[in-house]
Amino acid sequence: MRRNVRLLVHQVRAQNRFFWRVPVGAFFTLILPILMLVLFVALFGNDLDFDGPAGASVSAAQFYTPALAVFAVGSATYTNIAINLSTRREDGILRRVRGTPLPPWIYMAGAILSSVWIALVSAAIMVTLGVIAYDVNIELAKVPAMIVTFAVGSATFATLGVALAGVARSASSASALANATILPMAFISNIFIDLGADPPRWLRVTADVLPLKYFGVAFSEAMNPWSDAPAFVPDRLGVMALWLVVGALIARWRFRWDPIPGSTGCSARRGRRSAS
Amino acid sequence: MTAAIEVRDLVKTYGDTRAVDGLSFSVEEGEVFAILGPNGAGKSTTVEILEGHRPRTGGDVTVLGVDPGSAGSGFRDRLGIVLQSAGIDRELTVREVLEYYRTAYSRPRDVNELIELVELGEKADDRVGTLSGGQQRRVDLALGLVGDPDLIFLDEPTTGFDPAARRRSWDLIRNLTSLGRTIVLTTHYLDEAETLADRVAVLAGGRIVAEGTPSALRESLGEGTRISFELPAVDEPLNALLDPLRGTSRGRDRRIEITTDAPTADLAHITAWATSRGIELAGLQVTSTELEDVYLDLVGEDA
Ligand SMILES: Nc1ncnc2c1ncn2[C@@H]1O[C@H](COP(=O)(O)OP(=O)(O)O)[C@@H](O)[C@H]1O
Ligand SMILES: [Mg+2]
Repeated sequence: MRRNVRLLVHQVRAQNRFFWRVPVGAFFTLILPILMLVLFVALFGNDLDFDGPAGASVSAAQFYTPALAVFAVGSATYTNIAINLSTRREDGILRRVRGTPLPPWIYMAGAILSSVWIALVSAAIMVTLGVIAYDVNIELAKVPAMIVTFAVGSATFATLGVALAGVARSASSASALANATILPMAFISNIFIDLGADPPRWLRVTADVLPLKYFGVAFSEAMNPWSDAPAFVPDRLGVMALWLVVGALIARWRFRWDPIPGSTGCSARRGRRSAS
Repeated sequence: MTAAIEVRDLVKTYGDTRAVDGLSFSVEEGEVFAILGPNGAGKSTTVEILEGHRPRTGGDVTVLGVDPGSAGSGFRDRLGIVLQSAGIDRELTVREVLEYYRTAYSRPRDVNELIELVELGEKADDRVGTLSGGQQRRVDLALGLVGDPDLIFLDEPTTGFDPAARRRSWDLIRNLTSLGRTIVLTTHYLDEAETLADRVAVLAGGRIVAEGTPSALRESLGEGTRISFELPAVDEPLNALLDPLRGTSRGRDRRIEITTDAPTADLAHITAWATSRGIELAGLQVTSTELEDVYLDLVGEDA
């Protein structure tokens, strides 16, 4: 038990180090959503013309800060894990790990927890920036609900990332699939744009069965000064938790540690071996 | 001595391919065992089954007293695996990579010692991604040793190396054997198997075609004479020339090669056949065969 905890802590630390060692990845995960916040607020001004939850009008910053915080959490977990795991599988690193005494679940838990940590950092940066630079409101009473939502939401998207790495055959297809799923989902889930009171029915239904919308709603509720609605709604968490279970089942069924024959392997990447 | 590895009737199929087709062998503790064979012979498949990396189709396998197909992390704690190709976390330095992997083992080796051992002292703080292929292979080797293993698998450890680098790796591997570790090594270089191994199994088409100590292999297979000449330009079939020979013959590159234990008799027959037809056999050579030739004959490869 104590040994496993020690190994897990070590894994999380190492995975974090991997993350920071690849600046492009860190940029996309951390900086891009912040850049979007700055851009959107500049474009739309800070007037009260966005539909907040419960019919209230809110400023662009009040709308986008929680929404993009949630988007940042999504890319730090879902996109990041899908790309990382499939790249490491393709390179044969996961196969190497499987040959060591490290229990595979600890490796996996390490990857998930480290991405949740990065998600926490990016959400915190986003919210802090909104509060300090754009006068965004935050309801202290709802912060505990926000934390619970974050925990469930980030665990869900991290698990879905593992599932996607299980489904994708190569790192490049994992990366394409991650973007091809999370970006449209963000568009229909009130993350990038305010869909207004009545979007087309099929869009709404699609968004209703997917997990991202609930994550976004719960976050904006927690920061919305005019809403009496509680940030903590078991139904919303329930939908996310359902997706967590679905993701876990797909991951269990499809995830492989060995490189998939036919996908570009480490030999191609590392070039011909020659002695030195 | 007790057996570190015991393999009986091992079979592995991929679809219709019988990659490993009924192998039986055992490896004693402290022994260096080489599996020698050309590409596609089934070497990697065999060692990866022994490592627990691949499931087998049939047969019994015991490694360090357990079945690798169902063994847990206690088994892998005693194992050092150097795969034929496996990536290394490129974004870490050599030192960091060794520190990262060593924590999983119950008897981790000292990182500085390992770096010295594989002669990467100058590169210790460089990122793995910036190293040459040969240097990365030495990191591979260091990672195989990081848990101070009782049993080490080396799958083609020196393939692609230049001769000097190969020799340095051989010294390193010999060092390991002097510490009493059991080593299973695959290679397609005959000289590598001969130099390093206590015992060699020659693998071709998923079967063991010869097995023994290098000197026994040399004795049982290696002594022989090769007679060769250019394909004579005659209108008749060559049966009258080839059929009565005691040795085995084959055509290669417009030459006929005969490998024989009875060179005098066979040579007499060949020259009689040629003189009776008034032919001069161009490029006639009589040489003693090298182990290399015997090996190539065994595995059915043209050099
Ligand atoms: N994962 C696999 N799927 C299908 N065929 C395979 C696989 N791995 C190896 N083979 C086939 O099995 C045979 C033996 O391969 P391998 O064990 O890699 O040989 P070696 O290591 O001696 O070069 C080859 O014909 C190879 O194509
Ligand atoms: Mg091989």
